[in-house]
Amino acid sequence: MKKQLLLGDEAIAQAAIDAGLSGVYSYPGTPSTEITEYIQQWAKTSDNKTVAVWCANEKTAVETAFGMSYAGKRTLSCMKHVGLNVAADAFMNIAMSGINGGMLIVTADDPSMHSSQNEQDNRVYGNFAMIPVFEPSNQQEAYDMVYEAYDLSEKWGYPVLLRITTRMAHSRAGVTTRPVQAQKPLHLEDNSMSKYTLLPVNARKRYKALIEAQKVFETASETSKYNRLYTVNHHTCRGVVACGIAFNYLQESYPDSFDCPVLKISQYPLPKQQLRELASLCDEILVLEDGYPIVEEQLKGILNTGLTIHGRLDGTLPRDGELNPDIVKHALGFAVTKPYNVPEVVVARPPALCMGCGHRDVYEALNEVVKEYPNAKVFSDIGCYTLGALPPFRAIDSCIDMGASITMARGASDAGVFPAIAVIGDSTFTHSGMTGLLDCVNSNANVLIIISDNETTGMTGGQDSAATGRIHAICQGLGVASEHLHGVVPLKKNFEELKNLIRQEIEYQGVSVIVPCRECIQTHARKVKEKHLKQQA
Amino acid sequence: MKTDIILAGVGGQGILSIAAVIGKAALEDGLYMKQSEVHGMSQRGGDVQSHLRLSDKPIASDLIPLGTADIIISLEPMEALRYLPYMQSDAWVVSNSKPFENIANYPDYAQLMAEYDRLPHKIIFDVEQIAKDFGTPRVGNVVLLGAASPYLGIDFAKLENGIRSIFGKKGEEVVAINLQALQAGRKQCELNKL
Ligand SMILES: Cc1ncc(C[n+]2csc(CCOP(=O)(O)OP(=O)(O)O)c2C)c(N)n1
Ligand code: SF4
Repeated sequence: MKKQLLLGDEAIAQAAIDAGLSGVYSYPGTPSTEITEYIQQWAKTSDNKTVAVWCANEKTAVETAFGMSYAGKRTLSCMKHVGLNVAADAFMNIAMSGINGGMLIVTADDPSMHSSQNEQDNRVYGNFAMIPVFEPSNQQEAYDMVYEAYDLSEKWGYPVLLRITTRMAHSRAGVTTRPVQAQKPLHLEDNSMSKYTLLPVNARKRYKALIEAQKVFETASETSKYNRLYTVNHHTCRGVVACGIAFNYLQESYPDSFDCPVLKISQYPLPKQQLRELASLCDEILVLEDGYPIVEEQLKGILNTGLTIHGRLDGTLPRDGELNPDIVKHALGFAVTKPYNVPEVVVARPPALCMGCGHRDVYEALNEVVKEYPNAKVFSDIGCYTLGALPPFRAIDSCIDMGASITMARGASDAGVFPAIAVIGDSTFTHSGMTGLLDCVNSNANVLIIISDNETTGMTGGQDSAATGRIHAICQGLGVASEHLHGVVPLKKNFEELKNLIRQEIEYQGVSVIVPCRECIQTHARKVKEKHLKQQA
Repeated sequence: MKTDIILAGVGGQGILSIAAVIGKAALEDGLYMKQSEVHGMSQRGGDVQSHLRLSDKPIASDLIPLGTADIIISLEPMEALRYLPYMQSDAWVVSNSKPFENIANYPDYAQLMAEYDRLPHKIIFDVEQIAKDFGTPRVGNVVLLGAASPYLGIDFAKLENGIRSIFGKKGEEVVAINLQALQAGRKQCELNKL
């Protein structure tokens, strides 16, 4: 078959399609977004009936994918690492019940926090839920693993977690694809009520089954072609464990062949026998893993021999941040030479809100009014509007996790902060803001909530927002009083109107919501272009 | 054969279209290729870069190791300098000379150019000025690619085919303009080579 140049994300998408995918349900998040987008583009052009949609959040996405698996079809749900926190309740319990149609969950982790609030390593979640985790070392492997994971998931009866990192997601390489499989027919399991109804009496049985399944998963890891021990024909001081993409950085230092035994790991649970075998070939082990020192920690317990282990914990590698070929080279004891440094004239160029963005108008008005209230706190949230933290605006005081603006404002207000203001985007509002607003309404909290509505999910590249056209109805439905629910178009000409609204609603003792609404200029421009292209065709 | 290329610019300038053309050409040449891109946060007017690796042997790392890149291609003069630590001692820097000033503390232009004086091999010229001759500043990327073309280890004709296949769906006219822009860039390389 012909090679295609694919991003890691695209390789995953293509593999799921080729494996007979019936539905992908996701919530956008860098660096996972392109997987679902690729399937959406493909679904438009072919006459398959694959569902490829954005959901309100990661939890609804995973549960919906699970519902499709329940009906016997192959499903996928993709998210960024922190998205799995939101979906964690579903994720942990799906591992308890097990699945019917093959189910793959993709977590795209972001070591070095290129576009995220933290660098959590979701291999922890795989271990926590006790299900198999795949961690590809290159784009071809990502493709092959996904293609095969569906068969394995069905054979085992459990969901599979695929863990990638930003570098894998957003790097392109040649990938050879495999034959396309037909979608699975609708097929319901007989007598499955007890499997899927996790009452304690059933859950205890399911947990025993999950514990029993560990043996199967471990055997699979020991025999997996993705875990491989490379040996040399003499005993060496050092041995290396290289997980996922770290294996490539190791290879970069040894273009021809390794000078010590190396265990490549791309499938979990850890292959304990192989690790013991590696330990028998050397006197100390260097662990290379992108993310948390998970293998490094587990290895100590598995070997239990006092063998020296180097990695992120003993300072051989930095404790935080993404690995790269230079860090690995240095850890291996090779010199890293660079003839040039960054000249001093070079200054940082942080990202900024686009010129003409509606969030700018919102912050300009908010800043002017907030000046009148020295004790004001502005709790913000996650999206393009978080860039309001940077100059020239410096308009916000917090950004923690999706939805936390509204709930933090309420808590701070209860503690006596006045005015307590929340700024949240439309997609973030429907993702996790609505429940917090209900709490505010039920307690008649003294908060002003600004939902800066750009009718899209801007930060991740302009995906459809579940909130579009619905925000007023949602707020009313949750009990916000109509007199304190306002719409306004954030444009220069409405600057005074917006300022007056903000001042007026700060002064109101209770829940008020202002919804400045103007489409993201990037999304608008893209839509115009797409329309133009369609007309040409 | 091995060419390690750093592409640099500011989010929104479109460095990835350069990578796409080189990628097509490399694939046609039967070369291995790896290219890591920046998506997400930095695309909003921040600094962006892409590592593009070409080789006739399989490539291990998606990232170029420090001190080994063969060429930096940049749409912005300060951004090219940000990646000098990736350069091997004998590498080329091919950059647009026109600053993109979206920050308050953008450095003094003369100081910036003084840094270029220290580099062993560079081609620096106003890409947009050349692109204007084609009536569309958008071909600037392709002009820059033309200027870098002698140092990529890929036949010029293959790059032309790359342009044909990347811009093909936009029509004959767009393809023709971009082919001319590639030629014009190539000429700039001869005129500005230092
Ligand atoms: C739990 C979680 N899921 C996804 C993301 C990724 N993410 C960051 S910002 C954002 C979009 C926010 O859209 P919106 O609230 O409409 O604001 P906009 O960017 O359009 O201004 C997403 C999906 C995240 N940070 N956390
Ligand atoms: S992408 Fe849209 S929402 Fe984000 S800064 Fe630009 S205009 Fe604003």
